[in-house]
Amino acid sequence: MDISFDKVSYTYQPNTPFEHRALDEVSFRINSGSYVAVIGHTGSGKSTLIQHLNGLLQPTSGEVKVGEYHLKANEKNKQLRKLREQVGVVFQYPEHQLFEETVAKDIAFGPQNFGVPQEEIHRRTREAVKATQIHEDLLERSPFDLSGGQMRRVAISGVLAMNPQVLVLDEPTAGLDPNGQKEIMDMFHRLHKDKQLTTILVTHSMEDALAYADHIVILNQGKVYMESAPLEIFKQQQALEDVQLDVPEVIQFVTKVRDQLGVELEYTGQSIAELAKELTRIVKGDRVYE
Amino acid sequence: MGNTQIEFRNVSFRYQEDMPWVLKDVSFTIYNNEWVAMIGHNGSGKSTIAKLMNGLLFPQEGEILVDGQPVTASTVWDIRRKVGMVFQNPDNQFVGTTVRDDVAFGMENHGMARDLMLERITESLEAVGMNGYERHEPHRLSGGQKQRVAIASVLAVSPQYIILDEATAMLDPKGRKEIMETIREVQSARDLSLITITHDLLEVTQADRVIVMNKGEIWMEGTPRELFAKKEQLIEIGLDTPFVSKLADELKDAGLPLTREPLNHQELLEELWTFHSTR
Ligand SMILES: Nc1ncnc2c1ncn2[C@@H]1O[C@H](COP(=O)(O)OP(=O)(O)OP(=O)(O)O)[C@@H](O)[C@H]1O
Ligand SMILES: Nc1ncnc2c1ncn2[C@@H]1O[C@H](COP(=O)(O)OP(=O)(O)O)[C@@H](O)[C@H]1O
Ligand SMILES: [Mg+2]
Ligand SMILES: [Mg+2]
Repeated sequence: MDISFDKVSYTYQPNTPFEHRALDEVSFRINSGSYVAVIGHTGSGKSTLIQHLNGLLQPTSGEVKVGEYHLKANEKNKQLRKLREQVGVVFQYPEHQLFEETVAKDIAFGPQNFGVPQEEIHRRTREAVKATQIHEDLLERSPFDLSGGQMRRVAISGVLAMNPQVLVLDEPTAGLDPNGQKEIMDMFHRLHKDKQLTTILVTHSMEDALAYADHIVILNQGKVYMESAPLEIFKQQQALEDVQLDVPEVIQFVTKVRDQLGVELEYTGQSIAELAKELTRIVKGDRVYE
Repeated sequence: MGNTQIEFRNVSFRYQEDMPWVLKDVSFTIYNNEWVAMIGHNGSGKSTIAKLMNGLLFPQEGEILVDGQPVTASTVWDIRRKVGMVFQNPDNQFVGTTVRDDVAFGMENHGMARDLMLERITESLEAVGMNGYERHEPHRLSGGQKQRVAIASVLAVSPQYIILDEATAMLDPKGRKEIMETIREVQSARDLSLITITHDLLEVTQADRVIVMNKGEIWMEGTPRELFAKKEQLIEIGLDTPFVSKLADELKDAGLPLTREPLNHQELLEELWTFHSTR
């Protein structure tokens, strides 16, 4: 689904001493089928922004379009339910989206609510717990008696079971163990491609933004600060540092090699193995090819 | 000073009798003034250990000693004075209706004088970069801001041990680095033992020691360098190695005989420099 933000502002607690404008005339477009990363330091407005995508928040001014659904200030959208059926959101804190008695019921809640047949719910649940590597022993447990990372996996499963067209992920790997982080991000990426989803990822991991996104939007103090393709964005180290952001570790390292060893080396998207070969050739000179 | 440490002696724990053991015969010691990182796959028992350390849970078998004193229902208030903890999700920890109340709460519990309290509130909010938010409601902050406030609340009571259970997971990398530096500064100024439960491998490389949990048991105890030499085994237990270790591995495969396991950029750059300059 095509998504657009047109001069969207959002103010928390308006007309109080705490009035705070968390989004300030934000405009950008996301084409259907693309994978967009939203980055920015804490408090820059990322979570506020993505809560507009399923109508959890309504713009204070401006307009959000998600496919055929329009969300405007002061105008009730009567199709919120249909919108939420198609936009799956994994929230920043997984606890906030768990509430059923058992893990299995929690995962089934979304599809059940939208009238998906029992048989199909079972099939989707099985698929989802496999994708998130939840052990079957956990299915009959209370979701609140799980470890943080296990809760995160359950919350993700619940969203997968909805079969959404748009996948919205708010720091989805926080709390996952290192191997789980990689496997779950790979899983989202496969799903994105296989089902031609539109994916919006909020992340602090520049590595993930570089590895998975085809477009990056940077927020700073509620405004769009920059947007471009990942390699373009990460060429602008100074501009990023100005808003508290780093470039991915691999690019930091390549820059240090260039500066400290005084050699020619450029990051163009090489894998670690390719980079190692290049580095070896550089530091050993011709000796590699006797 | 002989007895300033936390000790787990053959601790086993399960949440209910009809449930499997979550910790199995776990023994370790946290020494005075060190920084120990604790890592392990999801559900391996890390948060359970944290809760046992300050008496939120009690073990069915074995015992836990803080400064030589067993953690029991009757010592728990003494223990919590010494052992400060920040949870994985700060929402579970907020008690005050404003940020200021929240930071004050712990100190009130410790019977601290009012002047000192006010001073400490300012100091600790400044330390985590949240000054100016005194009158805000904790529940209305962004995820990373909540975590900063939770850390300020613990710093304010100045405990001898601090346990951070994924307490910086929602911060941006720069913010995470700054907070860790702040806590390290506290540690260099006074006695403080730090236990950080984390999935951030970069953070692990900086700790003095690492305890690795796997399925409720200690899988290894050692230095970060020893840990990241284990590569494949780490992936098998749900973990991974940091970027520098991965690159070092590939360099070895590509025919560059590195002399040691580098832990950070600088160490690897130095090795590369040696090859480059002698070529
Ligand atoms: N309140 C509870 N009741 C029952 N079982 C629980 C409870 N809390 C945790 N568990 C179980 O105990 C085990 C260890 O959980 P713990 O929270 O200590 O893991 P962890 O290492 O902190 O994991 P994570 O990296 O996901 O935070 C898990 O199998 C979990 O499901
Ligand atoms: N429920 C709320 N009430 C009032 N202010 C809020 C609320 N949620 C977030 N804010 C404020 O809005 C700003 C943006 O927050 P958020 O979108 O959560 O940031 P991010 O996700 O980028 O860390 C922050 O300054 C935060 O304190
Ligand atoms: Mg957020
Ligand atoms: Mg935990």
